[in-house]
Amino acid sequence: MAKIVSLPQAVSELVRDNDTVALEGFTHLIPFAAGHEIIRQGRRGLTLVRMTPDLVYDQLIGAGCASKLVFSWGGNPGVGSLHRMRDALATGWPVPLEIEEHSHAGMANRYVAGASGLPFAVLRGYAGTDLPEHTASISSVTCPFTGEELAAVSAVNPDVTIVHAQRADRSGNVQLWGITGVQKEAVLAARRAIVTVEELVDELTPVPGAVVLPTWVLDAVAVAPGGAAPSYAHGYYHRDNTAYREWDAISRDREAFTRWLKSVKEAGA
Amino acid sequence: MTSQTGTWSTDEMMTIAAARSLHDGQACFVGIGLPSTAANLARRLHAPELVLIYESGTIDTRPDELPLSIGDGNLADSALTVVSVPEIFNYWLQPGRIDVGFLSGAQLDRMGNINTTVIGEYDEPDVRLPGSGGAPEIAASCREVIVVMRHKLRAFVESVDFVTSVGYGDGPRDRGLLGLRGAGPVQVITDLGMLEPDPETFELVLTSLHQGVSIEEVRAETGWELVVTADLKITTPPSVEELTTLRGMRTVGSSDRRDPPSGTAATRSVGIGVGVGVGEDAP
Repeated sequence: MAKIVSLPQAVSELVRDNDTVALEGFTHLIPFAAGHEIIRQGRRGLTLVRMTPDLVYDQLIGAGCASKLVFSWGGNPGVGSLHRMRDALATGWPVPLEIEEHSHAGMANRYVAGASGLPFAVLRGYAGTDLPEHTASISSVTCPFTGEELAAVSAVNPDVTIVHAQRADRSGNVQLWGITGVQKEAVLAARRAIVTVEELVDELTPVPGAVVLPTWVLDAVAVAPGGAAPSYAHGYYHRDNTAYREWDAISRDREAFTRWLKSVKEAGA
Repeated sequence: MTSQTGTWSTDEMMTIAAARSLHDGQACFVGIGLPSTAANLARRLHAPELVLIYESGTIDTRPDELPLSIGDGNLADSALTVVSVPEIFNYWLQPGRIDVGFLSGAQLDRMGNINTTVIGEYDEPDVRLPGSGGAPEIAASCREVIVVMRHKLRAFVESVDFVTSVGYGDGPRDRGLLGLRGAGPVQVITDLGMLEPDPETFELVLTSLHQGVSIEEVRAETGWELVVTADLKITTPPSVEELTTLRGMRTVGSSDRRDPPSGTAATRSVGIGVGVGVGEDAP
């Protein structure tokens, strides 16, 4: 059963140094507030898993929280590059970063395998590309029925997955809708799961296409209004495209980023 | 460029030519940036029943404004249905249900292979690009692929530094040997002209020039000995309707419409998104 706790308490109790951590949300419902709390609590040595690292992992990498990044598309959507990620890879600032790079289809299937309790997933993917020679979690498997050779990717089972959702009831059952990405798989693949929500409600009114995560597969639910900004929460607020554009200048410059980092740390004080 | 229909930029010609390549009723898996602009233009012009699919899981989406990212809220709001990311790749893309994959890239080579991963060596690259996104499997599994990208010498290379998405590999037999079931890149549309694979060698050759562009200009921006087909065509210039519709399209969250360009073939209009999803990325 999920406990309803504060976000600082959830991160303090459930996210540990050197954990493999997945903060998921495909463009929509990206758990920024939780990422900032991890920065404030100074976690180190994390393996960060996310299909699209987005600004949230650029921030965690720049803050020195990560030693490894597992991903499939690492850019600032609609804008350009993630400069903190690039800087860490090129110069090791502020700490060295390893990468494990996949395609979206590969990463999605790694979560599916993790959620399904299987050691790997099978897909038609990667054939003829240069990725398998650089990524150890991509291999191949022969179909026992047809003899066809197919791609195999190892399961991802994060120590902790964090997602953001529109709402939860007071028992900690969670409901999210709109573009729901790979959040269900990322939560079910994880050993521990935290969900931040826009609001707590008495009853979860059904919404077409919604994903519901029962309280008994979660460890903590924390109320964090606006917790997905500058990404968006469908039905609550829009994506702040200006903030995405402005991140480019902050991220390009270590000093500007350091000032941003100070403001995040102070915001929690 | 100027003609009796007015003035347009090379980017506008590219986007309009790309839009024309999509047919009504097709299902199209759309990368963000140039492909997304062109696909949404096609839907507003000759292909109202074009089914647009984005990797965020939105199927048959009809956004009023152009999305900035592949997962903007207006894609979900206007979609026939929204499915999960594992589902969009496993159930919709992988079995070969999608007619056209619409891609861009940072590098494209003479065999239509695309690089969106690194310029230089993988471990110590000159430029690290965003990576694969959905592109490798889009390039593998769509019935055919259309590539839209600006024609630059640094981008149109003899051989890509990293194969992110396979075109024709090293030659005509490679797609079959690799088990790739789609036909591969049947057309490359640039701001200078259009290329198609030679029927024998599958090497990309110049099949059409946009009005006012010379073969020499295209060769100067191409990193291989570009072959020109015997029946080289001149791309039909944009119509007033095409230009007006394109210029009336807005990107979500931006206040300005596309400005009409001020003149020459060298004009580059701004505001066409780049760098997202499977799109190109300016290093």
